[in-house]
Amino acid sequence: MSDATSEVLLRARGLRAAYSVDAGEVVAVDDVSLEVRKGEVLGVAGESGCGKSTLAAVLSLTARPPLFVQAGELEVEGRRLDLGPDTSPPRTWRGEVVSLLPQGAMNSLNPTVRIRDFVVDIVRAHQPKAKRDEAIDRARERLEQLDLPRCVLDCYPHQLSGGMKQRVVTVVSALLDPRLLIADEPTSALDVSSQRVLIEMLKEMLARDIIGSVIFVTHDLPVLNTIADRIAIMYAGQIAEVGATREVIDRPRHPYSAALLSSVLVPEPAIRRRRVTGIPGSPPSLLNPPSGCRFHPRCSLASETCRTEAPPRAGDERRYSRCWWASRHPDQTVEVTA
Amino acid sequence: MTASKEEVLDRQVDGRPAPLLEARHLTRVFGHGKTAVRAVDDVSFTLGRQEVVTIVGESGSGKSTLARMVLRLLDPTSGTIHLDGRDVTRLRGKALRTYWQEVQAVFQDPFSSFNQFFTVRRLLRRSLRLTGATTDEAGEALIAQALEHVGLTPAEVLDKWPHQLSGGQRQRVMIARALMLRPRLLVADEATSMLDASLRANILNVLTDARQAYDMTILFITHDIGQACYVSDRVLVMCQGKLVEQGPVDEVIFSPRHDYTRRLLADVPRLHAVS
Repeated sequence: MSDATSEVLLRARGLRAAYSVDAGEVVAVDDVSLEVRKGEVLGVAGESGCGKSTLAAVLSLTARPPLFVQAGELEVEGRRLDLGPDTSPPRTWRGEVVSLLPQGAMNSLNPTVRIRDFVVDIVRAHQPKAKRDEAIDRARERLEQLDLPRCVLDCYPHQLSGGMKQRVVTVVSALLDPRLLIADEPTSALDVSSQRVLIEMLKEMLARDIIGSVIFVTHDLPVLNTIADRIAIMYAGQIAEVGATREVIDRPRHPYSAALLSSVLVPEPAIRRRRVTGIPGSPPSLLNPPSGCRFHPRCSLASETCRTEAPPRAGDERRYSRCWWASRHPDQTVEVTA
Repeated sequence: MTASKEEVLDRQVDGRPAPLLEARHLTRVFGHGKTAVRAVDDVSFTLGRQEVVTIVGESGSGKSTLARMVLRLLDPTSGTIHLDGRDVTRLRGKALRTYWQEVQAVFQDPFSSFNQFFTVRRLLRRSLRLTGATTDEAGEALIAQALEHVGLTPAEVLDKWPHQLSGGQRQRVMIARALMLRPRLLVADEATSMLDASLRANILNVLTDARQAYDMTILFITHDIGQACYVSDRVLVMCQGKLVEQGPVDEVIFSPRHDYTRRLLADVPRLHAVS
């Protein structure tokens, strides 16, 4: 979708965020840097507890205690923002520059008001002087553009199906034309048919430039295959591998990506003939992450170096794997059992 | 595949064992008058012994309503359920409790199926009451055996509180709880939907291994066709309360006949282009 010449929409550098707990601090996002081009969809994938939702909170400026952003820098379409423990992000960024499509959108609507009153609340939270009718008109126009029934505005949330609620929340989160939409597991609670409809709607919103780019956080790799231009695989608070979707899926360069790919259950005849074992062990506690490469206790390719030294970045900014094996075996692919 | 009425009621016809469970013309209507919804509409199916059968369909297709009727948590509006040739549709009281020893369930949400004020030990002990275990030692042995079967170390988990367990561990404790009762039928309603892909395969393996070890039939409910394809012997496809297609996995998933099944399969996201 985006070629090498298209402009960079988001540049995030050195993001670091931690949860402060009794036992110390849990660094859930540890030195993460990302780049997203205009019109591009970047997928972020990983297991539960790898820090992907925390990354979504940091990028959408919605981090709340006990989560604290410790360092980092965001640049969206030339506008820069330094993140740190003492800076509070400007109100004008939220919703207009970056916007979060939250996890479990089912519970994001107010159950006691109609959708149209909810829309008014949302718009007024950002533009206190907005007129009631203007806000409703804007939502109505948006629904028409995206071929959704206008009558949802008169409904209460419980009158809508799960898929429709998710679509409504998506429309509402993009009401102020955010340049970057951060979608946190938007499809996880939906069945496949509603998933497809939502993904087509997001693509339509990108095509109409209602949103500039999307960061799509999920644990579901097949879903990313249908929407993402590029994929970042996260493990234990860090990015393990980044690359174009087809590259990462067909030619993974990090053992963790390969392990994730081989535990995906897709309806293909081959899946019935083998025993899928998943990934041995469990994700590490981020309170005391393992030394060296954080994946080494579960990795089948781990060497002595992996246990003690943090792995180097093999590759350039848009296609890399943070792995000792990959740095010693340039251009080789980790085999996926399938 | 579908045996006629007479075959099913007599336990062994032609030397072939009768199915474990047979549901005939099950219907459930919610509400009444103009707003009545036929959530499950005239559904008939059988579950063979040690068979894994999956019900697939989109949200609102009636999968869970059907499961709840099989579990006897919900009364059917009409139709009958036979377990082992015995009519269990209207069981009440003590007879129903006996039925629940034979038919157990694992539900979707591993976070809300726990009482957060109970340790794993207390939770499992409570279920012991349904089993025949009379002494403490026999009960403890049963608990340990079930936990080991799902890949947990009893000493490590028994004294833990639910919040100290990960989602995958909780779901395994729930499966162990069901296995302890040595059920003949296990109903797993979206039991793996909230777990990571890397864990999902693991839990599905635990379930399918248990069917041999425990001589158990599994009714698995999911909207994920990838999972259905991995675990099942047979698949039932539901759409708007009706059973639109059923048969062996190879037929239903790899050469579907009904339009709805084809549409559903076309919507499934895949990793590689379909050849």
